[in-house]
Amino acid sequence: MAGTARELAERLKSRFNTALSEPVEYRGEITLVVPDPQRIAEVCSAAKNDCGFDFLVDITGIDNYGEDPRFTIVYHLYGYSHCQALRLKTSVSEEHPELPTVTGVWRAADWHEREAYDMMGIRFMGHPDLRRILMWEGYPDFPLRKDFPVSGRPSNVPEVGFTRTAPLEGGPFVTVAGGKDTIAREPRARKPDTEGPEPKDRPEHKDNSSTSQSATGGAEPIEKKQ
Amino acid sequence: MAESREIQVRDAGALASIPVSPDALPVPGEESAELRGDRMILNMGPSHPATHGVLRIVLELEGEQIIKASPEVGYLHRGDEKIAENMTYTQFVPYTDRLDYLAPLANNVAYALAVEKAMGIDKDLPERTRYIRVICAELGRIQSHLLGLGSYAMDVGAMTVFLHTFTEREKIYNLCESLTGARFTTSYTRIGGLARDLPPGWTDALSRFCEEVQINFDETETLLSRNRIFMDRTQGVGVISREAAIDYGLSGPNCRGSGIEHDLRKSNPYLVYDQLDFDVPVGSTGDCYDRYILRIEEMRQSVRIIRQCLDRLPGGPINVPDGKIALPPKEHVLTRMEELIHHFINVTQGVNVPAGETYFGHENPKGELGFYINSRGGGTPYRLKIRSPSFTNLSILPHLLPGHMVSDVVAILGSLDFVMGECDR
Repeated sequence: MAGTARELAERLKSRFNTALSEPVEYRGEITLVVPDPQRIAEVCSAAKNDCGFDFLVDITGIDNYGEDPRFTIVYHLYGYSHCQALRLKTSVSEEHPELPTVTGVWRAADWHEREAYDMMGIRFMGHPDLRRILMWEGYPDFPLRKDFPVSGRPSNVPEVGFTRTAPLEGGPFVTVAGGKDTIAREPRARKPDTEGPEPKDRPEHKDNSSTSQSATGGAEPIEKKQ
Repeated sequence: MAESREIQVRDAGALASIPVSPDALPVPGEESAELRGDRMILNMGPSHPATHGVLRIVLELEGEQIIKASPEVGYLHRGDEKIAENMTYTQFVPYTDRLDYLAPLANNVAYALAVEKAMGIDKDLPERTRYIRVICAELGRIQSHLLGLGSYAMDVGAMTVFLHTFTEREKIYNLCESLTGARFTTSYTRIGGLARDLPPGWTDALSRFCEEVQINFDETETLLSRNRIFMDRTQGVGVISREAAIDYGLSGPNCRGSGIEHDLRKSNPYLVYDQLDFDVPVGSTGDCYDRYILRIEEMRQSVRIIRQCLDRLPGGPINVPDGKIALPPKEHVLTRMEELIHHFINVTQGVNVPAGETYFGHENPKGELGFYINSRGGGTPYRLKIRSPSFTNLSILPHLLPGHMVSDVVAILGSLDFVMGECDR
């Protein structure tokens, strides 16, 4: 299966004919463009099985912002038997950033595709586990898109561990479990108007005004001590 | 307010205090479903000493055995690729220090070569720069493997090795300091050359180091290679088959440990590797022990390469003689008009990389570190993708860990020798 990268690319080209562009050489690297993104898995499979490109080096997404199609996906392949590299490229539109997965061809594609999804929002159909990988689950944006600012966008940190907000009303030192005894130990937890918060009262004090009220009230006992 | 949920915890003390008659004890092998228990989810990391950084692995256990492992990465994601799109090529050099921060010199070399390939000037590099860069890359390899080895040995219970290897690492740091001015964040390479030439006496210090580190390798091998405990912890553990290694895209020592004879320095030589005499060690079984032995041997080969480079190190300039690529000499900038203009354009706009796309893969200590540069002309990349070896090497964990015991996780993670700064970028 020896041969130069160009010969291997020609062989792949002859097999797919119009489904592949003419091989382009730049700086000694061969690039083939797959015009129809839906055929990428098929082309990759042939590249691996017929041309010996058994090592998937990398999958990269590129955002051609302001152009159509908007996203380009670049596959870097390498063959251990012939030590040649090949680059495959295909493009998907902004409206349908979807193309078939190549996880069936190389299992290495799993994380690479997850990364492309995470950073660019390109969806790989048939991927076994297409989740975010570098950003956290629930992050709303795709940070490597060109319309995403370098300084980032404000986003809420998702509620990871809790399904409801933690009981922090009345200041940072309020605990729920203690009841009266905790309040006796922790005077800053006491509200200004009552001796101690009844457990029943708490839902009323969820809004911001009461939080600030009890926060200011929280300082009072300390002042009295002084 | 939050709803409090009652958690039913079994009172172990109360259970133990109940007298159990011998008949009530289950017959071995016929345990009831209750005794076998549900599978346990164990969260390892993100700050666990054995994960060497911020890797989190969610393990599903049945007893001591791992049924399922799902690694979570990204805790160290700093958006290096996004940052690269907004600065000149030269400005990105310091960011490469922080990829694999255990071998910053090697990353510097990899990045500079990638940009030079995109510019088409990789053939014009001065001979002296090539040799110095090879020395840097190999020093980085020794540096990274020494740490990998030391912390690995400590993970599986051999504390002494850690102290041994760190003594040698300290010497490399001293060499880095006199070479680049920084011990850790070296930022030594520039596009088309190097930041500065070798300081006087540096090559002598390096050859002294080469002598000393050889002794250290021997000592480390005496401590580990025939150590019964170390062998039991690593042999036959974490076996990566040849097929799995290829399928998951492993590179570097992890791939060679599984018997794949692939080294970019040999198969696609760059710099002066094709003129140097060195061997590529390859494992036979693909277990943790193989990867350990392989790293020791790689370090010996690195020393061999450095020695050859020191013998042949030519004189001459260290930068390409084009003022539009490498900064012109300072004395000329201050006295001549054209050099001043070049200096100004070079600093404000960066080197001009013609439109096109290139990929360069460098044999880094951890594996193939690649930079894919998509340029639309000008001094900033349109897209710069970092192909990090640790990222792909870690993707094998869900395949590799199941079937092993919990304690083997530490041995396997150590043998994969990853670094999260590079994995998360």
